[in-house]
Amino acid sequence: MQPLIEVRNLRYRYEDGTEALKGVDFRLDPGESVALLGANGSGKTTFAMHLNGLLGAEGGDGRGSVAVCGMPVEKRNLAAIRRKIGMVFQDSDSQLFMPTVLEDVAFGPLNLGLDPEAAAERARTALHRVGMDGAAARAPYHLSAGEKRRVAIAGILAMDPEILVLDEPTTFLDPPARRSLAELLHNLPQAKILVTHDISFARSICTRAVFFQNGAVAATGSIGDVVDQFGWGFTPAKNDSGR
Amino acid sequence: MHRGDPRVKVLNLLVFLVTLATAHRDLLPIAGALGGLLCCAIVWSRLPLTGALGRAAVVLPFSLAFAGVCWIAGDPTRGIHLAVKSYLSALAVLLVVSTTPLPALLGGLEAMGAPRFLLMVAQFLYRYLFVISEEAQHMAKAAQSRGATAAGMMGRSARFRAAAGALAVLFARSYGRAAEIHRAMLARGFQGHIETLAALHFRRADLALVIAGSLGPVALRLAVERFS
Repeated sequence: MQPLIEVRNLRYRYEDGTEALKGVDFRLDPGESVALLGANGSGKTTFAMHLNGLLGAEGGDGRGSVAVCGMPVEKRNLAAIRRKIGMVFQDSDSQLFMPTVLEDVAFGPLNLGLDPEAAAERARTALHRVGMDGAAARAPYHLSAGEKRRVAIAGILAMDPEILVLDEPTTFLDPPARRSLAELLHNLPQAKILVTHDISFARSICTRAVFFQNGAVAATGSIGDVVDQFGWGFTPAKNDSGR
Repeated sequence: MHRGDPRVKVLNLLVFLVTLATAHRDLLPIAGALGGLLCCAIVWSRLPLTGALGRAAVVLPFSLAFAGVCWIAGDPTRGIHLAVKSYLSALAVLLVVSTTPLPALLGGLEAMGAPRFLLMVAQFLYRYLFVISEEAQHMAKAAQSRGATAAGMMGRSARFRAAAGALAVLFARSYGRAAEIHRAMLARGFQGHIETLAALHFRRADLALVIAGSLGPVALRLAVERFS
């Protein structure tokens, strides 16, 4: 079976000399959902941005190979690869830049070459899938954090990708918004890569975890095993003051 | 007015601005007539007249400063002309902006040949002004929560240093934000041109609007110049 994503010995050094990735190997199979865990600065986001060639445009020194649906991530394939991979950024404000929600969600389909009517139709369908039908005419900056995240996901779904990459999707979300996002993602058929620190959220979506440490993959396996191995399970200290 | 073709509104605005800017003789009666025309258009558009008149005054601190310079230089008439023209121009721009959704306005400007890059900058400026101002407010609150007050700062130089530092941080954050927005755009297939959903339609009512909006200011000016 051909993997959706295959990464071999990926290395990347930023222009300021920081070595962010030190030989990462990774594979994502169809239908799989994988959580990328690890401390801040361990290379998770840098890795995710390589999957659709976002870091190649910004200089830096990259080596190794990344292939998406059999296509190497190279300049000539970027348009096709960006159709396959939908990336949801950590801060939704960076993703929602058009004046209205509908315009924003239609941004991707219009870039795919759809005419305005077809793009608007796709945008409405995507908004319906994330439960934001009523927000089409609203300005993105008037939405709550949870609503912004849903609209950002709609913007990606409107492009009909095969893989979703979500960078810290639960940041700024309150528990009800987090729960509703988990339900939404759980029901989406696409393969998913979740960059997260939120273990319980990762458990609700993903079947496998990859643990990053100092720019390399330190472990991969079930979420429970990886969390136990690195002591990432959160156990609150006993509070005696309430006795 | 709200449903009018944005190209027509931009064209009418240009005619209005040129008519006003090139008036020198009898400026005050011409300005009165053009101001009256604008007020009628504002009322017809169901915009709050007093609110619009007040908001247009935002340009006055700048134009009055230059008007003051003219006055001191011994040319008070030029100073008055400057203030009047800038105020009425701001009011006209406000009318167009208030009656046209931004995507439609930008689409209209693009259709009329305005540089695409400039329009993209305007769009992002509009969108992210709120985000940046929110960040500035968060920084101000963070400073206040640590006991910072303008009165508490020791002297002007300390205040200046603090403001300069805050501006530098804000600039760095804006730069980081810009890089992330660019990545988000690339990730959704951006190839250098923002396509929009807004389609432009020129209707019969727009023909009436373009005739009235273009001929109105010119006719008013000619009439005032002839009879005064």
